[in-house]
Amino acid sequence: MTSNRDRRVVVTGLGATTPLGGTATETWEALLAGRSGARPMEFDWVAKYELPVTFAATIHTPPGDVLTKVETRRLDPSSQYALIAAREAWADAGKPEVDPERLGAAIGSGIGGVWTLLDQWDNLREKGPRRVYPLAVPMLMPNGPAAAVSLDLGARAGAHTTVSACASGAESMGYAIDMIRTGRADVVVAGGTEAAVHPLPIAGFAAMQALSTRNDEPEKASRPYDTGRDGFVLGEGAAVIVLESEEHARARGARIYAELASVGMSADAHHITAPEPNGSGASRAMLYAVERADLSPTDIIHINAHATSTPVGDVAEYNAIKRAFGDHTDDLTVTATKSMTGHLLGAAGALEAVITIQSIYNRLVPATINLDDQDPEIHLNVVTGEHQKLPDGDIAALNNSFGFGGHNVALAVRSI
Amino acid sequence: MAQSEQEILEGLAEIVNEETGLDTASVEMDKSFTEDLDIDSLSMMTIVVNAEEKFGVRIPDSEVKNLKTVRDAVTFIAGAQS
Repeated sequence: MTSNRDRRVVVTGLGATTPLGGTATETWEALLAGRSGARPMEFDWVAKYELPVTFAATIHTPPGDVLTKVETRRLDPSSQYALIAAREAWADAGKPEVDPERLGAAIGSGIGGVWTLLDQWDNLREKGPRRVYPLAVPMLMPNGPAAAVSLDLGARAGAHTTVSACASGAESMGYAIDMIRTGRADVVVAGGTEAAVHPLPIAGFAAMQALSTRNDEPEKASRPYDTGRDGFVLGEGAAVIVLESEEHARARGARIYAELASVGMSADAHHITAPEPNGSGASRAMLYAVERADLSPTDIIHINAHATSTPVGDVAEYNAIKRAFGDHTDDLTVTATKSMTGHLLGAAGALEAVITIQSIYNRLVPATINLDDQDPEIHLNVVTGEHQKLPDGDIAALNNSFGFGGHNVALAVRSI
Repeated sequence: MAQSEQEILEGLAEIVNEETGLDTASVEMDKSFTEDLDIDSLSMMTIVVNAEEKFGVRIPDSEVKNLKTVRDAVTFIAGAQS
């Protein structure tokens, strides 16, 4: 398998709107401070539908505070979040001058415009077809966020949407790497978005027993690797990065955060929702990423884990890491930032890629919170308490993302 | 309950502002929806449906293409109310 790193892909801009902050920097600072984004949901529909889960990691900064009234009206929240994060990343990259036909957009989403779909269904049933908003279809389509970003930035090399449940955001970054490596684009704005804090997905996830029901202590509910973990905490938001060929970034003197060196992907073909217990599919994704980044497994010093805080998933990921890294597993510095951000579904992989890039750039790994009593089946060096420093010199990290459907995506990040 | 043309104009300007962000003052009688106000057909349909609700009238789809200027819309709504 060839790495094709002769055309290296680097990260020059970061953007995010999350349960922890309205920007990537605010989110990073909240992570270093060990804050939780989980909070009670103050919506009348929580009681109306007698939802068994009454909290979520809701967005920190309402999009209406950032976008115009018309933008919030004409875009589904999933597109709103993506647009906010993309504009931040674009500004952070210094608004690169690039031929529009060499600029791409790749924004993944797990669910798409669920708010629009169901609001408009209500309109149809209660008021009739004439009251269905004419923009309903472009608002609810899952490629809406990619289209909104492409329109806003004038990206004409292609606008793409990867859909692989909770791996969508990471997969979009992998797609973006390929766009640059194969010469289709010089710059790609890539990430993931999700706006599914809505009663239907909550009821659905609750019905499958996937959500934590720690209603009395929302901030303690997301506890990856802890013996007391009882499911994930639903989050929402978006994270977007600006990727460029190294040549393009160097030519314009851009600040480079890190190299997004490779993506490794695989499918379990095991079960629609359950991870493969021995972790063989996920370990293959990790090893593909390592190989394509021209690294050996022992070069990886840090993993930002998928670790959603479900009883089964966290163990399966540990098994996969152990299978991929063997004895080197003990040398890995692992963190599970979903303990603070909650699980942003289709944005999760993108957000954790941003955090991994920030970790490599700042040489700091945020601590996992709520890990009071580590599951004895999971032998990982998880950062707790204080954030941990990473060494100087050339370093490399992985970010894992897995999705319902058996999708496994690992991104490799190398220091520059 | 019929409204004056001025009242209809003001109400219509609010609807246009809500959908497009255009300043209400820019919604003047002689402005063309497409050429002056840059309103596309999707936005026009939303404005029509919101106007039906606000003014208590029915604007048939076949009529919408005839509503080229703000005055055309105000005149139609006033006629439908009386």
